[in-house]
Formats: sequence, structure tokens, C-alpha cells
Amino acid sequence: MSLEVHLTHSQKGFQLEASFASRDGITAVFGPSGSGKTTIVNAIAGLIHADQGRITLNGKTLFDRAAGIDLPPRDRRIGYVFQDGRLFPHMDVAGNIRFGARFAPAAHDRAREAEVVELLGLKGLMTRRPGGLSGGEKQRVALARALLSQPDLLLMDEPLAALDGPRKDEILPYLEALRHEAQVPIVYVSHSVAEVARLADHLVILQAGQVVRDGPAEEVLGDPGVLPFVGVREAGAILTVTVAEHHDDGLSRLSTGAGDLVLPGVTAPVGTSLRIRVLAQDLLIALEPPRGLSSRNILPVTIESLHRGEGPGVAVQLRLGSHRLLARITARAADELNLRPGLACHAILKAITVPRSSIGQVSGP
Amino acid sequence: MTLRPEEWAALTLSLQVSLVAVLLSLPLAIWVAWLLARKEFVGKSMLSALVHLPLVLPPVVTGYLLLVAFGRSGPAGRFLEDTFGLVLAFRWTGAALAAAIMGFPLMVRAIRLAIEAIDPKLEEAASTLGAGRMAGFRLVTLPLIVPGILAGTVLGFAKAMGEFGATITFVANIPGQTQTLPSAIYAFLQVPGGESSAMRLVVLSIIVAIGAVLISEWLARRVAERIGRG
Repeated sequence: MSLEVHLTHSQKGFQLEASFASRDGITAVFGPSGSGKTTIVNAIAGLIHADQGRITLNGKTLFDRAAGIDLPPRDRRIGYVFQDGRLFPHMDVAGNIRFGARFAPAAHDRAREAEVVELLGLKGLMTRRPGGLSGGEKQRVALARALLSQPDLLLMDEPLAALDGPRKDEILPYLEALRHEAQVPIVYVSHSVAEVARLADHLVILQAGQVVRDGPAEEVLGDPGVLPFVGVREAGAILTVTVAEHHDDGLSRLSTGAGDLVLPGVTAPVGTSLRIRVLAQDLLIALEPPRGLSSRNILPVTIESLHRGEGPGVAVQLRLGSHRLLARITARAADELNLRPGLACHAILKAITVPRSSIGQVSGP
Repeated sequence: MTLRPEEWAALTLSLQVSLVAVLLSLPLAIWVAWLLARKEFVGKSMLSALVHLPLVLPPVVTGYLLLVAFGRSGPAGRFLEDTFGLVLAFRWTGAALAAAIMGFPLMVRAIRLAIEAIDPKLEEAASTLGAGRMAGFRLVTLPLIVPGILAGTVLGFAKAMGEFGATITFVANIPGQTQTLPSAIYAFLQVPGGESSAMRLVVLSIIVAIGAVLISEWLARRVAERIGRG
């Protein structure tokens, strides 16, 4: 799959100028409210008509202002999961789901329906009305409905934004399962770094209508330059690790390929690939291998670069084998330790600072 | 209560005129209501004014205008007679046309309010699922506005049953042909000894009116249950 988006659009005194390309997997479009995320996905879906630009999907031109091409939404073959669900209130869950299949190009495939129903855990809900569903259930139905329309691309506009914490945790595993199934590429709009860090393969950061970063999620989130966009509290690299061993005391050993981490609360079987998020503010840097320290997570790293911001903080990019980590320390500490690119040192991470919700499953053993 | 033949004729004619008027104008009313609720176009306020005109115009004026346009020597009347062999003036068909025009604004208004209450984002969602505009309307909006359509239909029916001024001006008051319930009541009140006939027709009118409201409420309840909003 290849999606290419070049857009210029102005509305209500707001100017959007965005260009990015995305490939298979989940492309997250991240940015604060009002940065133009929804405008972009609405333009991709054909629900709004951009002033200028071009959108192509797998070589098919969906929109080209200069050439006068503007396919209506029904001809774009793009599924859309809206923030507010938009289920049809007069149909039960089965009716809603089959509405998606009704206009699909290939005949309705019962096996695929059963698969999607199974994947999204909808079996017990089929005869229920949308009015009686929880927010999380509604979004799962909306997702199934979009999937069964056999789209070439799936757009998800903050599908979790209207849900509270526990409901989000209820849906995220389904989204991960969907990514794992990899039948349809997804453009996922969110203003939550945690969601993006957990789901995105590819990340586009949007700020006031402009694309400020565009690249593989691990690379972008490990880049100290993104701190101003994601916020110092939320900044942090993602690491893909493998479950190596479960210990009797409830801790598990995870291999990064360049040193091991010991974390509690990991239930995935040995051999599973996990994606964990390490917040920049939860990393300490030591020049010497520390002794007499309570942390079990000390990794050998090399400093790649330092970024001084306007405040007293410094963002330090660290290399760990083939991974990158991000630490945020004070400028004074950086000066006193004489931190510089190329310096070998140690990154210390308290096990408890990897919250449960930052542990996402990438693939089975 | 037994009815004399001309009373019976007035009742059945009224029912026939009203049902035909409402059922034939309903599709047009839905379309106009949809235009007014969902579309922006040049002349929208003109269309709205035109639709609502029979509501504010004296019915006699509407009836006279109908007679001028649809009379046998009027342009529209001659066209219909030459092309389809359809004569409206002084026939029950003309009464149906008058009733339809008088009830039309009420139907459009009720249906338009119902359409405006439906989130257009639902049709947007249908379009992203591959549904064209017609399919989206038929499968999503139409089922959801059925209560509004029912309400509009009952209002239009009631208006048609009670329509007097435009009808008597356009098609006169011919027993058995164009004499609807109101015209018959009026006619009976003009002759000595007609009061008992008039009273019987008044009672009938009340029964029909209450029956129509009860049936529509029952239908609306069933629909509400079916579309999950009950």
C-alpha cells in the first residue's frame, strides 16, 4: 500500500499545508487539538474538498485539484472509524456490520465476517442495538463495519478519545490484533502519545497545520527534536524487546538485543515480541557502571547527540545496540558530567517506570 | 346511527379524496422537505415561500387560482385534458388536488423537522461505506424519519378531510361527485330540516379525526420500537 497526501487547505482562518506518504501498517497522525488532523483524514475520505493538492492511494488518484479529479467518498474505498462511532441507530449490531459489506466490491464473505466478529469480540452483541452498547463496544462495531466494506485503507479519527481509561485499555488490544492481522493499512489520528507509541509503525507529527516530523515511529519518537511537539513529560523512545524468561517472583526478563530489562507485570509468553515505551524523564545517565543501586535495569549505551532546549533541560539521545533511547536531564548535569556524543555510559531505568499500558504486544512467539 | 345515501356518499368521497391527496403528494413532500432541510441552492427561500403559501393565503383565493389554472379552459387544465384525458374542475380529482395543495405545507413542515433532527453525519458514514446518496437516504435517513413522515401524513390527511374553501371554489358542491364532508355539512345547514343530517356528519368527522390520530400514534410507537429509540 502506498498513500500519498499533498494538501493545502484553509478554513476559518486556519491554514493546513501537509505532505506525507505512508506505507503498510499503522501510520499515526499525531498533533494537538486544532493542528489539522481531522481535516487531513476528512480530505482523504473525500468528506471535505481541499483547496489544492493531490491524494493518491496505491497509484489511484482520489483527488487532484489541478486535474479536476475529486472522487466521491463512496468510490474511494476507504473505511472510516469516526470518533463518535456513527452507528446506525435503527439497525442492530449485525445490521450495522453488514451495511459495510452491502456495498463492498466482492460478494459478502461469511467467513470474513465471522473472522472480523471473532477478532473484535462481537459475537455476543450481534442482536443488540447501538443505543444499548458501551462506548468501547460501539467503536468495535464501527471498526467491524468499516473492515467489512473491504477498504483499501482504514482511517481512524481519535477512535479512543471519547472513552475513559479502562475502556481504552479494553480496545487497544483489538487494535493491536488488527495491526497484527495486517490485512488493511491504517491511518490513525490521535493526540495521545501513549496510543501512538503503542500502535504506530509510521509517525507523522502535525503542528498548526504543518508536518514537522514524518518517519518510522521508533525513529521519530527517539529523536530529541520531537520533545517540543510531544511534551517533555510524554516524550520517550519505544523499544521492541523479546520476552526471554519469566521469574518466580513475578518479574520477567526482556531482551533488547544489547542488554536485558527486568520488568513486572509481563504476561506474554516467552518468545513474544513486545513494544515498550521508556519515558525520557524516567532515564538516568551514569558514567560508571553503578553499584549498590536498587534498579535492576542498567543498560550500556552510547551518547548519540544532545539537544539543548530553551529551559534548563537537555534531551540526550542514546544508542542501545540497534535501538535508540531518549533521556531528559538537566543542562547542569550534562555539563558537570561532560556528556558529549560518542561517550559510552550507562542508562538506568526503574522497572516500575514502565507502566502497564506502555507494554504493547507486537507479535506472537 | 344509520346514514342516508348522500351522507354516506359524502363520507366515502371525503376519505377517497383525502387518501389520494395525501398518498400522491407524499413522495413530493419528502423530496421538497429534504431539499429544504439539507440543500443550499438559489431560490431556496422562494421555494419555501411557495410551499407555505396555501397556509397563509385565504383558501378561497387558492381555490380560485386553481380554477384559473386547472379549469377546462385554463392552461394547465387544457394540457391535462388533452394529454391524459384528465379533467379536474368540478370532479373529485380536483377536490383531491385542492386537498393536496392545502395539506402540502403541513406535510413538508413535519417531515423537514424530522430530517433536520437526523445527524447528517450518519449519511456521511454511509457514504464512506460505499453507499451512494440515494442509498444512504433510503437506508439510513428514511427509516429514521418515519415517525415524522407519519406525523406529516396525519396532519395532511386531517387538513384534506377538513378542507372547504379551496374545494368549494374549485370543484363546487355537487352531491355524490364533489361534495365532501365539510361541503355536505355546509349544504345541510342551508336547508330547513337539515340539522340532523349535519349533526350525523359532524359526529362522523369527529370519529374519523380521532381515529386518524390514534392510528398514527400507534404506528409511531411501533416504529419507535423498531428503530430502537422507543
